[in-house]
Amino acid sequence: MNVAVKENKKKREQKSTDEFIKGLWKENPVFVQVLGMCPVLAVTNTSMNALAMGLATSFVLLMSNILISLLRNFIPKQVRISSYILIIATFVTVIDYVIQAISVELHKSLGAFISLIVVNCLILSRAEAFASKNTLKHSVMDALGMGIGFTFALLCLGVVREVLGSGTVFQFQILPENFQSWIIMILPAGGFFTLAFWLLFFNYLKERKAKS
Amino acid sequence: MNLPNQSIPEENGADSKKMLIAMVGIGAFCALLIVLIFEGTKERRAFLKAEALEKAIFQVIPNAKSMKPMQFIDGQLTEVDKEAKGETLYAGYNESNQLVGYAIEASGQGYADIIKVLYGYDPQKQAIVGFQVLESKETPGLGDKIEKQESFLANFISLDVTLNADKKGLANEVVTVKQGEKSNPWEIDGITGATISSRAIGDIINSSIQEIGPKISNK
Amino acid sequence: MNTASLWSIFINACLINNFVLAYFLGICPFLGVSGKVATASKMGAAVTFVMVISSLCAFGINSILTAINAPYLQLISYIVVIASTVQLVEMFVKKMSPALFNALGIFLPLITTNCAILGLVLFQTAKGYNILEGFVYALGAGAGFTIALLLMAGLREQLELADTPKIVKGTAITLLIAGILSLGFMGFSGLG
Repeated sequence: MNVAVKENKKKREQKSTDEFIKGLWKENPVFVQVLGMCPVLAVTNTSMNALAMGLATSFVLLMSNILISLLRNFIPKQVRISSYILIIATFVTVIDYVIQAISVELHKSLGAFISLIVVNCLILSRAEAFASKNTLKHSVMDALGMGIGFTFALLCLGVVREVLGSGTVFQFQILPENFQSWIIMILPAGGFFTLAFWLLFFNYLKERKAKS
Repeated sequence: MNLPNQSIPEENGADSKKMLIAMVGIGAFCALLIVLIFEGTKERRAFLKAEALEKAIFQVIPNAKSMKPMQFIDGQLTEVDKEAKGETLYAGYNESNQLVGYAIEASGQGYADIIKVLYGYDPQKQAIVGFQVLESKETPGLGDKIEKQESFLANFISLDVTLNADKKGLANEVVTVKQGEKSNPWEIDGITGATISSRAIGDIINSSIQEIGPKISNK
Repeated sequence: MNTASLWSIFINACLINNFVLAYFLGICPFLGVSGKVATASKMGAAVTFVMVISSLCAFGINSILTAINAPYLQLISYIVVIASTVQLVEMFVKKMSPALFNALGIFLPLITTNCAILGLVLFQTAKGYNILEGFVYALGAGAGFTIALLLMAGLREQLELADTPKIVKGTAITLLIAGILSLGFMGFSGLG
């Protein structure tokens, strides 16, 4: 550890909470960075799927960030991407078996999209851009923030699509029984539209803030 | 992000040694972790899977209390191991261990993709006594009525699949008719708005029972 | 094996269950590379090629893994195969046609993290296709990906000239169009 790092230690203490906060809002992986779109659109037809997918992705993100941050001085530069992919694929296989051990039904409804977490650009981009250059503590904070931000975004879509598409939230009926559900919301097209409207909403907020 | 070109040999010997150690180390760690989790969850996963299968089978064979996996080996229906590969059907037994029916898996082209179903066949009554969709990607709200609509599922409480005189096929083919036009016990009352999906179910069951029904009665 | 069912596998992968518009696979390049028709068509061709090669390799891997009874290595071996295929294609293109290599640029290595390819390999295994069916499935998926990308690129080139409100510019309008395209593609179901 060199002197500059020690001097910056105090500054860094504050920074670690920043790493956490930024993932939630300012650099939200879905709404701001538009990363990892496949699961965002594909498994958000119910809130339950969205939550499960968000948690599974956060787990892989956290574990791979921890490992990569610990090994960051050990992995040679030339093989870093291959190592990252190997580590990520390992944790995805792990979470795949864990979900199977929790509930067969959940595993069936998420299907191949659990395995597809491997190619979620969010995880690889955090590994490359953050964990490989920062200390364990900051990497954990970064992973937690990004993970929660990702889960939050998935839930935003999942809840809207489930309410309008089937009149329920987490399978509890909240709209009156005679509500004519909008089937389009559960269809693939509904995924595109819902995400588009969330982005419009955030753009609108940004625009209004810029004006005032 | 750029992938490193691994095929170019390193000029520096120490570097390539470090690279090798790193890759082997990570590989060994990953392999160990995966095998540990795989073995650790094995029992629980097998239990859950068996439970789900049992639940589905007991749903399509009313009165079934236990079941055994079976396969046709040399034309004979023989009990097999749970993990056996190949086409398996399941025999259901009641409390007094009497055979009450077979649960048979079948699949075929639906409207959007392959539909996979499980149905219960009672060889005594020569009728289909239960039905469940295992897997389908039919349009939500239209085609997926084949999974939920009660009037459609009521078709399979007792669907006649009597074999013909020489026991080589069905006396009457199972067909799906328009909703409300069912007049014979071997017809399936279709669903308006899910015409193709409900017709596909008729075809899937027909071709499956045409093949398996005679085989079961021959044993 | 009859041709009718091979044809239905192709139509299914290409139109009815289009990878981009029905399964949401390969959305990243779909949003990123669909600015111009010229790049879109090249990207489509490269992805199709990698898909076919990976599909054939995955078939081999799967038989080996089944033989040695190690299903838990499936995911890792698939991703390694895809990464190496992309690397091979990159080296091959670089040697055979430096012009094409420059045109594709960064998109070539990025194919590794294209979920459409891993998705194709996983679906192919789940559906239990044999080597010929897998090949046709990969061709269909690649064609479907290219069609979606080309449609999108054509629309976006026109959109450049249209007067769109400021807040819908960028990703939002692209997603809205993708939604409408997806609705259109739903009309293909029932073809199989």
